[in-house]
Amino acid sequence: MERTDKIYGLAALFDSPDKIIHATESVVKEGYKSFDVHTPYPVHGMDNAMKLKPSTLGYITLVFGLSGAAFILLFMYWTMSVNYPMIIGGKPYFALPAFIPVTFEVTVLLATLSTVIGMIAFYFKFPVNAYPLNETNYMKAVSNDKYGVFIKSDDPKFDESKIRVFLTSLGGTNLELVYDLKKVTYDPFSPRFISVLVGVIIVVSGGTYVSLNKAMYLPPFNWMEYQFRGNPQSSSDFFSDGRVNRMPVKGSVARGFIPYEFTGVTLPENPLPNPLPVDEKVLQLGKRKYLTFCSPCHGDYGDGDSRMRGQFPNPPSLHTEKLKTWADGLIYHVIVNGQNVMPSYAHQTTAEERWAMVHYVRALQLAKNASEGDIDRFNKEFSANGK
Amino acid sequence: MENKSMEFVQKPLPESVLKTGIILLIAGVVIGVIGLLLDFDRMIFSYLIAFVFVTTVSLGALFMVSLEYITNAIWSVPIRRIMEFLASALPIIMVLSVPILLSMHSLFHWTHTEAVANDPFLSGKEPYLNTTFFIIRVIVVFAVWSLYYFMVTGNSRKQDLTKDQKLSHRNLVFSAAFIPLFAITISIFAVDFLMSLEPHWFSTIFGIYVFSGTVLAGLASVTIIIVMMMEKGYAHPALRNDHLFSLGALLFGFVNFWAYIAFSQYMLIWYANLPEETFWFLARWEGYWVVISLLLIIVHFIVPYIVLLPQPAKMDPKRLKFISIWILVAHLLDIYWLAMPQMHSDKSGFYAIFEIGFPIAAVGLMIVVFAMNYKKFNIIPVGDPKLQRGINFRI
Repeated sequence: MERTDKIYGLAALFDSPDKIIHATESVVKEGYKSFDVHTPYPVHGMDNAMKLKPSTLGYITLVFGLSGAAFILLFMYWTMSVNYPMIIGGKPYFALPAFIPVTFEVTVLLATLSTVIGMIAFYFKFPVNAYPLNETNYMKAVSNDKYGVFIKSDDPKFDESKIRVFLTSLGGTNLELVYDLKKVTYDPFSPRFISVLVGVIIVVSGGTYVSLNKAMYLPPFNWMEYQFRGNPQSSSDFFSDGRVNRMPVKGSVARGFIPYEFTGVTLPENPLPNPLPVDEKVLQLGKRKYLTFCSPCHGDYGDGDSRMRGQFPNPPSLHTEKLKTWADGLIYHVIVNGQNVMPSYAHQTTAEERWAMVHYVRALQLAKNASEGDIDRFNKEFSANGK
Repeated sequence: MENKSMEFVQKPLPESVLKTGIILLIAGVVIGVIGLLLDFDRMIFSYLIAFVFVTTVSLGALFMVSLEYITNAIWSVPIRRIMEFLASALPIIMVLSVPILLSMHSLFHWTHTEAVANDPFLSGKEPYLNTTFFIIRVIVVFAVWSLYYFMVTGNSRKQDLTKDQKLSHRNLVFSAAFIPLFAITISIFAVDFLMSLEPHWFSTIFGIYVFSGTVLAGLASVTIIIVMMMEKGYAHPALRNDHLFSLGALLFGFVNFWAYIAFSQYMLIWYANLPEETFWFLARWEGYWVVISLLLIIVHFIVPYIVLLPQPAKMDPKRLKFISIWILVAHLLDIYWLAMPQMHSDKSGFYAIFEIGFPIAAVGLMIVVFAMNYKKFNIIPVGDPKLQRGINFRI
């Protein structure tokens, strides 16, 4: 290391922890402000002797710890309660006790990382790594078995000859004058540095790829594309019938699809009752489904007057006496099974939708034959329901 | 700063300390006994709470003594006698368990024979939870603690006269043997006196929960006494705030440890949601208990945590004294929260004001015990080989 002829400071060595404490106290008492003490291990009582104020590093830790806690709580609140609410274990969306361990971990993580990075950045002044005391006999001694005091030249009371006498009188030995370092900077964009960087990147990534992928046949990651599973409609070596797809167990019923017991019967003798209540929601559903599936043939109002009339066996009207006296279950039965040229609508509609359509057909029938008394009755019922 | 310490003369405590202690003790007992006559079922629980409180203070101090020997700690040597004085209450407390043993029928549901016979859970636990075995356990547990106390303090006092360094090593061996025994006995104590109040409930972490509160109580009591002695000039003049630092740091650590254990116990039960475990917390979530439950988090964790967090707070006598008293009150609240929801009294809550009696008596008892010990024994272990280093201790 090249040094200038500017004095950086004066160092002295001491033999025991007691002497270094005493020397430090004397240096403080003498009024020196810009000095440092080096010991091979932390000596008890040194903070007090040097009159050090508590470190400000703790504030960085506090701020980052609290931000970590706030961030992760908000993050979990957003993911678990707002963006993709999910019930886990029957707990509420914002299940605070379950979030506490995560909050604790993230708080500690951010607090510790910020402490270390803050120390390197603010106190060690990264990326500057030059320190005039490095590569001096003084530093070799204090990192081995000696204790040292070092008074810097920027102290207002710095006077070399006086300090020599002062430190010697305290019992200091091996006094050493340290000169400042010549400032050396390195250009991060110099061709040499860039080429070395690129070379390191190529060697490390290439070496990793070749050794893992080619030499050891290990994938660098577990790609999700490659999974131990059977794709739908593909063949299987595992099952005896050679198929991946499995048949459901005999008698199993899909959720919400209870089988209709009169499938294939012409007209059941004891048709099912309509399980749905007559309310606005059901009628709206029935209307929507009726207009989708029934109206192309039976017409928007059930008169059988759609544009199919004349091109086909004429679609029947839904306002015949026969249909008016039919039970709900029989209309339902026809929707499920079909009749004459009418196909089954069992696969296009769910049971609930079919029962709603039956209600809507009833509503149409009523509308075609309404009397004035009916209107009064409706008004009464609707006002009683508060609608 | 070397060797300026040995010529320390112990100043006698003023008579007012002992008097205050005796007055508090008598006043507390009188209030408590009046309460007992008015509403026995309620006040016997109050007695149990004060009993557990005083035991944990003493036991926490005893644990600190064993911790000092086993870790060869230096900083705590000049204040070890305070811990020993507090721990000397243990044999007295053993006698104080007699009222509890006499009124077990009012305290413990599992002593009701007809209830046990009709309850498969309780009859299953009967081999452990029966009156005879309970009394045996109480005697054994307190005997182990008292035995360790007498062996260690006996050696320590002998050392004051003989300056024999071998006694320190003998105490180290005793302490090493005591620590595992302590772990077992404090779990038995916690299960017997607190957990079995609700005999259907079980929590395997309960022993550690009580242990964390115990160490806090011991630490806080020692901190209050040493700070007051330093303020009034009864402590060794070479003691500095540096000696308080470890007490502050340990208080801070155990405040966190308590919260950690308390939360672990709560979270597992909350998550698993098994009815045979959750009902214990549900009982503490009903009516006004929810206020006390939430208050416990603030009083026992958040406030001490914030107060003790800055480094200077851990060695500032004023703040340490304040927070130590605070923690002792919080610890009392903690025991109250553990025991009181299991109370069987069906009288109205008016008699609750008498509940203040026994805790006052507990504080008075500790003051009396400390003052009597202070009169008889050295406040500094003058024969301890680590004493000089302990006095010179600086952070």
